Amino acid sequence: MDALMNFGQGIFGGIWPAVWTLLKIVLIVAPLMLSIAYLTWAERKVIGYMQVRIGPNRVGPWGLIQPIADGLKLLMKEIVVPSGANKAIFIIAPMLAIAPALAAWAVVPFNETLVLANIDASLLYIMAITSMGVYGIILSGWASNSKYAFLGAMRAAAQMVSYEISMGFALICVLMVSNSLNLVDIVHAQDQGRFASWGLSFLSWNWLPLLPMFLVYLIAGVAETNRAPFDVCEGESEIVAGFHVEYSGMAFAVFFLAEYGNMILVSTLTSIMFLGGWLSPVGFLPDGILWLFAKVAAILFLFLWFRATFPRYRYDQLMRLGWKVFVPVCLIWLVVVGVWMMSPLNIWN
Amino acid sequence: MGSMKEIFNSLLLKELLKGMAVTGKYFFARKITVQYPEEKTPQSFRFRGLHALRRYPNGEERCIACKLCEAICPAMAITIEAEPRDDGSRRTTRYDIDLTKCIFCGFCEEACPVDAVVETRIFEYHGEKRGDLYYTKQMLLANGDRYEEQIAKDRELDASYR
Repeated sequence: MDALMNFGQGIFGGIWPAVWTLLKIVLIVAPLMLSIAYLTWAERKVIGYMQVRIGPNRVGPWGLIQPIADGLKLLMKEIVVPSGANKAIFIIAPMLAIAPALAAWAVVPFNETLVLANIDASLLYIMAITSMGVYGIILSGWASNSKYAFLGAMRAAAQMVSYEISMGFALICVLMVSNSLNLVDIVHAQDQGRFASWGLSFLSWNWLPLLPMFLVYLIAGVAETNRAPFDVCEGESEIVAGFHVEYSGMAFAVFFLAEYGNMILVSTLTSIMFLGGWLSPVGFLPDGILWLFAKVAAILFLFLWFRATFPRYRYDQLMRLGWKVFVPVCLIWLVVVGVWMMSPLNIWN
Repeated sequence: MGSMKEIFNSLLLKELLKGMAVTGKYFFARKITVQYPEEKTPQSFRFRGLHALRRYPNGEERCIACKLCEAICPAMAITIEAEPRDDGSRRTTRYDIDLTKCIFCGFCEEACPVDAVVETRIFEYHGEKRGDLYYTKQMLLANGDRYEEQIAKDRELDASYR
């Protein structure tokens, strides 16, 4: 590592730290893009299997080249800008959608040391950045100058704002019990307690004592990423494709990337906050990044499973769930956790 | 009391888990996809595919230009013109089926009093221009000659149900 540092210093001189950081960003984003591509493949396969079909299997073995073929197709296609659209905003909107989905990865820890920016307020940063994603959707719907796109954008705005609240409450419980806003510390806080000392650390992870919050966070995460059954802003049967109805070619692909990138991000965050990140579930196996990947994959499978199972929520049901179920549940559990921490039964000190 | 139970059940996501159990079970079920060009589903002898005009064993065409098929065709895909032939028998001078209009309902086949126009089991054909799917009398008779064996066999299998 030192040799690499010296080598870089020798070639780039003063700008080496910037080059090194860019290199690290590429090392995070490139595998992420690949994961997104293969998540689309996995989605088609999983949903196919659940519908007693076999999914894509023509391009390459098991259809493994399919996402690359899809990507090439989208690259070649024309980006149609509607004549009534606001051209500048129309083009900027997909970028605004994907930028937060990628920027949030800056603070995601893959293990104790493997994190681009180990900042103290990383939880706050995550919440701030992920909230920005809705602007891309609102602006795309607005700039398209189309009724359906506009309806989709309005729905997305209302939905994402509502679910942000319960998501935030769930995370407040997490930061209460782990006493930190730093994601690395949050993971470390899950590695202590009675069960962890018995070698059963998966029982001391946050998901068990904060079970209602875990479920709220997971479901709100599905809603935040506009995935089925909360994909009212796309709502094929009612509003065609919602906010991205006017987009084609690569502009559409960028929205697609943003959606799937957000899915992976929410899964990773759920793993870090509630499922102990890179920690091994049992004492006799070593911790490692592979555990994080396994947990993320399991939650992504849940996302796909939800999509294959549930019909879309009606818009008023969605709002009812967000405001009249999740917010009260969060508030109650917040108080419960607070009292629990003050009582002699506190398990988090 | 009932509503309390309902609230409890919904908070435990009972019905949602039930639904996921169903899809989860099908995830492992045997897949029923037919890999089309390599595998094909079995066909009935009543399969309604490409049309054909048949002949009698002596080579005489069956069609007597009664125009019942033209009359019954709901898509108006059939065009017939007829004239008496030199030997005095009534025969078509033109018998066209526009397959871009045809809906493959099989009414022409049922209306035909002499089993002249039939639908074969052939479904893998194409046209590269719209005109390629406009089948004339010669083409339909050629179809009949080519697939007569299969056509006759299918008629025989179906005969006991008529």
